[in-house]
Amino acid sequence: MTKLRIRLLWLLVPASAIVLAFAVSSIALLAIGEDPLAAFRSMFEYGSRSNSLVSMVNRAVPLYVAGLAVAVGFKMNLFNIGVEGQYRIAALLSAAVGAALTLPAPLHIALIIVVAMLVGAGWAGIAGVLKVKRGVHEVVSTIMLNFIATGIGAYLLANYLRKPQPEGSVDLIIATRQIPESGQLPPLTRVGGIEMHSFVVFAVVLGIVVYLLIWRTRFGYDLRATGINPGAAEASGVDPRRMIITTMLLSGGIAGLIGMSDLFGFFHAYTLDFPTGLGFDGIAVALVGLNHPIGVAVAALLFGWVDRAAQILDLEGIPKEVIVITKGVIILSVVVAYEVVRRVVLAQEVKAAAAATRRLETEEELAAV
Amino acid sequence: MSWGGPETTVGTPPEVTRGRRLDTRRILLLLGAILLLVSTVRVVTGANDLTSAGTFSASLRLAVPILLAGLGGLYAERTGVVNIGLEGMMILGTWFGAWGALEFGVWWGLVIGIAGGAVGGLVHAVASITFGINQIVSGVAINIIAAGVARFLSVIAFTGAGGGATQSPQIPTELPRFTLPLLSGGDLFGWQSPDPLGWIARQRWWMVSDLGALAKGFTSNLSLITAITLLLVPLTYLFLWRTRLGLRMRSAGENPVAAESLGVRVYTVKYIGVVISGALAGLAGAFLVFEAAGIYREGQTAGRGFLGLAAMIFGNWRPTGVASAAGLFGFADALKLRSNEAVHALLLLAAVALVGLGIWYVWKRRLGFVAVAIAISALVFVWYGVTETVARELVFITPYVATLLVLAVASQRLRMPAADGLPYRRGQE
Repeated sequence: MTKLRIRLLWLLVPASAIVLAFAVSSIALLAIGEDPLAAFRSMFEYGSRSNSLVSMVNRAVPLYVAGLAVAVGFKMNLFNIGVEGQYRIAALLSAAVGAALTLPAPLHIALIIVVAMLVGAGWAGIAGVLKVKRGVHEVVSTIMLNFIATGIGAYLLANYLRKPQPEGSVDLIIATRQIPESGQLPPLTRVGGIEMHSFVVFAVVLGIVVYLLIWRTRFGYDLRATGINPGAAEASGVDPRRMIITTMLLSGGIAGLIGMSDLFGFFHAYTLDFPTGLGFDGIAVALVGLNHPIGVAVAALLFGWVDRAAQILDLEGIPKEVIVITKGVIILSVVVAYEVVRRVVLAQEVKAAAAATRRLETEEELAAV
Repeated sequence: MSWGGPETTVGTPPEVTRGRRLDTRRILLLLGAILLLVSTVRVVTGANDLTSAGTFSASLRLAVPILLAGLGGLYAERTGVVNIGLEGMMILGTWFGAWGALEFGVWWGLVIGIAGGAVGGLVHAVASITFGINQIVSGVAINIIAAGVARFLSVIAFTGAGGGATQSPQIPTELPRFTLPLLSGGDLFGWQSPDPLGWIARQRWWMVSDLGALAKGFTSNLSLITAITLLLVPLTYLFLWRTRLGLRMRSAGENPVAAESLGVRVYTVKYIGVVISGALAGLAGAFLVFEAAGIYREGQTAGRGFLGLAAMIFGNWRPTGVASAAGLFGFADALKLRSNEAVHALLLLAAVALVGLGIWYVWKRRLGFVAVAIAISALVFVWYGVTETVARELVFITPYVATLLVLAVASQRLRMPAADGLPYRRGQE
């Protein structure tokens, strides 16, 4: 098999998953007596409006960052289930720090970003240290840390970081103080009444940095090598313990940035309205995007678009929750197809290697004669 | 490794018996020490709700779903399949339980709820055993899908029928409840029998009343599912450790290659384990609907599937261990709901326990650990002294922190099935 054919085979994975997902969603729609074609048509019409595209990007950016955070871990066979907790506690503390200070604009924004990354990295680092020092599996520790982050976050927000309440009345919204103007990002553009958050620029830069770091540096090479074959990597001089901690810190640092788009562009404070489940959606996006920054970006845009386009369904009397099934089927079929393709490719390689060995042997025999 | 009796080796009976007897004695000693400690703290602080019959009853009610999920996790992981999808399977159990009860009555609701969870388990089994995909990926996917399916189905089935996208209408019927006659004041052929345990519990005697309250809490107003769950603990032990199929299931979790070579159908027993796992999670969901809320509500499971997973790890992949851990988590939950004063007393309890741990380490000659234990204990003492109450959010995280601490301190002593989480392909070497 040529390299090109193998590449095409890999691309087949997400494509077939999406087709299958739409097929299953169609069945679900048919089962409740709706016309799937009409539903998809109105989704495409609504989803291709210019303001829908802006909304798609706004929804995609946090998903993309979450996907990158998960993908970095995946590249080293580390399962960072704790992205959700890292994101929430980082968003809370960076918003609190940002609101407590007033600095020149670029510095203020840089400070908020740095705090978010440090908090996210620190929270993920706990799981890394526990794995290296005490042998605690990162899946278990990050699940526990998610709940702990929720509890501590709620405690801090309710008791210390909440916006001071005016005398005699209580704000219904539980939020931190507003970040002053110097810590807000103006919208990039405004289309059809929807503002595109400027953080998308940071996200693109982040993607490039991650790509260069993982695919074009010595560190990235070590990381990927450890993921593919830890024994071989260790034999070639990679310290697996250090790699685990560094990768968790990196993954958590990226996870800390998930909330930044909404923080800078929309809420300007941490509130309980911050989207939940982004950490888990990030796992889905990373899987569909095959852990590559470009793939993750495509997957995030796809999920963002489906989210936006589905809004129209409610107006047509179709429960928009059908898209959750669509997304779920995409995730499950991607991983199944991925595994199947991996095995096909592996079998082909084994066959090719066997054929090459045979050829070599016959040549040797001929030479001996 | 010397830790843990029967599960370490399958074929060495003498060691097995010795290990188990020692274990039981140790557990009884530990339980006695805990009782002494709790009772003393109760008397000293006057926080009588710490061990009232009501607290134990509430603990039991709150522990049941965690215990069921934990046992579910146990069945899957003993066959070597990690089940992160328990939460999703529990969600399926809540939705299908509620729907079944509304359509066909409460008994069918129970069956359909269990079946819903089992279907979730089946999906996990197909993906992770037949297709061999990463078990954690599959579990996460199931959690996402289950939440979506429940939401979608709610929109279809419950809107316009008194419910909505996020909740069902009220579920009318109740499952029977049971109180032990003669000891806890249950009915005996229509005769209201006396309640000696309740009387003892109300006397507030040191140690005696605490035990009485415990017994009263576990024997009065028991729901059917609670009783089944309590029975499931010994039954699980008997099934997994004392039957042929159980042995085969565990062998698939320890060394699938060896098991296959001895004629065990590894795929089949793994399927059985994972489907049972889903069914138990489904039962946990049904419990939440029928016994805890009387309604299906989105987000009702509130992470109890993950908590069950924690209880399973905490309990060292053993039924009694899972039950103790679930009981502990339920107790923490119950105190939080019932009384701030009792939660506050818990701080004193933790401080005293830490002192005890410090003394244990002195005996073990681990002086560094002694210093840490005493230092933390001192901090907790100060915390107890300067505050009146403990914030709810901090009580909420105690089970998770406890699990992390246990893992951090004792991960060398925990022993999970040797092939747990590893993908197995038939014919591999």
